[in-house]
Amino acid sequence: MEMTGAQMVLESLVREGVEHVFGLPGGANLPLYDTIPQYYPKLRHYLVRHEQAAAHAADAYARVTGKVGVCFATSGPGATNLVTGIANAWMDSVPLVCVTGCVIRPLIGRDGFQEADITGITIPITKHNYLVLDIEDIPRVMREAFYIANTGRPGPVLVDIPRDLQQEKGEFVWPEKVELRGYRPRIYPDPDEVKKAAEIINESERPVIIAGHGVHISQAYKELLELAEKAHVPVITTLLGISGFPGSHPLYLGMPGMHGMFWNNIAISESDLVVGLGMRFDDRVTGRLRDFAPKARIVHVEIDPAEVGKNVRPAAALQGDARVCLRELNKLVESRERAQWFARLDDLKQQHPSIVFPETDEILPQFAIRKIYEATGGDCYVVTGVGQHQMWAAQYWWYDKPNTFVTSGGLGTMGFEVPAAMGVQAAKPGELVWAICGDGGFQMTLQELATIAEYGWPIKFAIINNGHHGMVRQWQQLFYKGNLVASPLSNPDFVKLAEAFGILGLRASRREEVEPTIQQAMEHKGAVLIDFQVKEDENCYPMVPPGAALQETIDLPDDYNVIAKEKTKAEVRS
Amino acid sequence: MTANGRGALRKHTIIALVEDRPGVLNRLASKWRQRGFNIESLAVGHSETPGLSRMTFVVDANTDAEQVVKQLDKLVDVVDIRDVSHENLVTREMALIKVRCDPGNRGHIIEIVDIFRANIVDVSPDSVIVEVTGDEGKVDAIFELLKDYGVIEMVRTGRVAMVRGGAASHPAPEEEQYERYPGQELW
Repeated sequence: MEMTGAQMVLESLVREGVEHVFGLPGGANLPLYDTIPQYYPKLRHYLVRHEQAAAHAADAYARVTGKVGVCFATSGPGATNLVTGIANAWMDSVPLVCVTGCVIRPLIGRDGFQEADITGITIPITKHNYLVLDIEDIPRVMREAFYIANTGRPGPVLVDIPRDLQQEKGEFVWPEKVELRGYRPRIYPDPDEVKKAAEIINESERPVIIAGHGVHISQAYKELLELAEKAHVPVITTLLGISGFPGSHPLYLGMPGMHGMFWNNIAISESDLVVGLGMRFDDRVTGRLRDFAPKARIVHVEIDPAEVGKNVRPAAALQGDARVCLRELNKLVESRERAQWFARLDDLKQQHPSIVFPETDEILPQFAIRKIYEATGGDCYVVTGVGQHQMWAAQYWWYDKPNTFVTSGGLGTMGFEVPAAMGVQAAKPGELVWAICGDGGFQMTLQELATIAEYGWPIKFAIINNGHHGMVRQWQQLFYKGNLVASPLSNPDFVKLAEAFGILGLRASRREEVEPTIQQAMEHKGAVLIDFQVKEDENCYPMVPPGAALQETIDLPDDYNVIAKEKTKAEVRS
Repeated sequence: MTANGRGALRKHTIIALVEDRPGVLNRLASKWRQRGFNIESLAVGHSETPGLSRMTFVVDANTDAEQVVKQLDKLVDVVDIRDVSHENLVTREMALIKVRCDPGNRGHIIEIVDIFRANIVDVSPDSVIVEVTGDEGKVDAIFELLKDYGVIEMVRTGRVAMVRGGAASHPAPEEEQYERYPGQELW
C-alpha cells in the first residue's frame, strides 16, 4: 500500500492500538499534523500548551493503562521541551514513544532552523532512539519502537523523522515480527534461583517484602497478594509501588525510606530477609547503603539484569517479569506464623505512630490531603507533584484500588502533576482524578489549565499552598541553619488564575473550611482548583536525613507523638 | 591508554558484538561517561558476521566490570557482550613507533627489531617506523628500548582478544517469546 511518511506513522500508531496522542505542532512535523484528521476518530490528538506536558501526559496515560504513551513534538525547541518528560519516563520505567519532526534531510547536521540533535541529546535517557532516513524504514522502526518501549523493563523510545520524509511516498509494509538480535528481555526466572528464594523465604523469621513499580508494570497484584498471604509476610511498598498492594490490608505497612513510616525503617533494619520485588534499592529507599538491612538476606525479583547486584548483593535473584516470577515462587512458599515478628511490628507501630496531626486552627497540609481521601472514600486517581505534598499524599491515603497513585519518583519532576492528571483523565474518562499540587510545582506547568479547559476534563486540583518551595524550606530549616534562600514564594491569586482559564476556583484558609470546600469541588461537574492556604512551616516527618541510615530516622516531633499516643489504637493505622 | 602492561592481569577485557550502524559508538561512550566507567583501550573493526562490528575494550581494575557488561548489554545495538578476563585468551596489540636514527645507529635498531620479531615498515634518512605486534608487555618492552634512540611518535591499536579453543566467544542466546498482559487487573 502506497502512503506518505506521515500516513505511515499514523497507520503504525493505529496498528499498535494507540487511541490518544498528546502533542504540539511546528514546522518540522506539520505534514504529520496535516494527516491527523484522516485518522480521526480512531486516533485522537490532544493539543498541549508546552511539549513537556505532552510527554508527562503520555507518561501518566501509560502508567494507568499499561499501554504505550505517545507524544508528538516538532524539531529543535519542540523536541528539547520533551526532554524533561522523557527523562521522567526513563527514571520510572514508563513506556513512551515520542515522535519528533526533524529538519529536512539536506539540512541535517548543517545547523538548520530549529535543528537540535535530539537523538544525540536523548541517548542517555531513552531505551533506544531512531533517526529515520529512509521512507521504507518507517513501519519497521515504529513497530520496533513500541516493542522496545513496552517489553522487558519499559522505557521511552524516540523516533525522529525529517519533514521531507513525512511528505515522501513509499510502500507501507508492516513487519509481522520484530527482529532485534540485540534485544531479548528476560522473562522467566532461573528455576534454581526460584527454589533458593523459596527456601530463604520459608526459613526466614523476620521477613519483609518491599514492592516497587514492577508490581504495576507486570500487573502482579494478585500474585503479590498471594505471596504475602500464603507466606505470611508483611508488605512495604516504595513510592512507586504504592497502590500495588491493598492499603487497608492487615499485612500492609506503607512506604519505607526518606519519608517512610518509622516502623518500616526499623523493621527493615531488624529484618532477616528483604524480598525486593520489582524495585531497584534506590537511595531514597535504602538510606545509607552500607547500613541498609544489616541483618537481612536479600531476594531480588527484577526484570533488569543491570539492577541485580547494582546496589545490594542478593542471596537469590529472580531475573524476569515480576508476575511470572511470583507465580513460580508462590508454588513453593509455605506459611509460617512468625508471631514474634508481627508482635514486634505492632509494637513499633504503636511506639512510633508516624501518621498523626494535631488540632489547629490553621490547615495542616496533611490534614487537607486526608480530608480529600475521606471525601472520596479513596475511590479516585491521585496524581501528585514532587515535594512535601507528594510525601503526605503517599502517607495519609490508603490506596485500595490498584494503580491509582501516579507520581514522579526517580526524577522527582516538579510540575508533573498538572499534565499527568490530563493523561490520567484522558485514559479514564469516567473516573474521578484529584491532582495534589504544590504551589511551587503547579506554577511550572500551570499553562495546561488551558488544555484542561479546552477538553473539559473535570480534574480536581488541590494546591497545597504553603507559600514556599516546602521541601526546600524544610531542608534549609533542618540542614542549612534556617537560611531560607529562594524558597519563599510570592504567589499569584490562584482562584483568579483558575477563573481566567474558565475553571472554578475555590479557597480554603481555615480548618473548618476544608471539608465544605472539598464537597463543593466534588459536586461541581467540571474542573476545579482549590487553593488550600496551609500552615507555612509544617515539616514532613518521619525523615531520614540525607546520607543517614534508616536506623537514624527522625521520628515525628514530640508533641505529635504525645497526641498520637493519646488517641485510641483504632485511630492509628494498624 | 597505559604504557605499562604490568597491571594487565587485574584489568578486565570485554568483548562486544555491536550493530554496524552510525551512532553506535556514541551510545556506548555515553554509558561509559555517564556511569563513570574508565576505558583504558578500545579496538573496533568488522567481525566474521556482516553487519556486526566487534569491539575489544579494557576497563581498569577499579571499575565494576559486571555493571559495565550489564549496562552495555541493555543497549539495543549491543548484540552480545562478555567479560572474558578469566578465560584463556589470545590478546594482541599492534604499535607503530617512529624512531629517530642515523646511518650510524640504524643497525642497532634493526637488531632490537629482530629480537622482538618486529618489522621496519618505513625508512628515511633520519628515521624508521617500527611495526610491532604482541601483548601489551612486549610493546611496552620494545618501546622502552627504542626510547633511548628518540621516539618521535607512537600509535597503539589497543588490545584485541579472542578466547582460545574451538568455541565461539559469542554463543547465540536462546530466543524467548513474551507478551505483556493488556487491560487492567484487580486484586
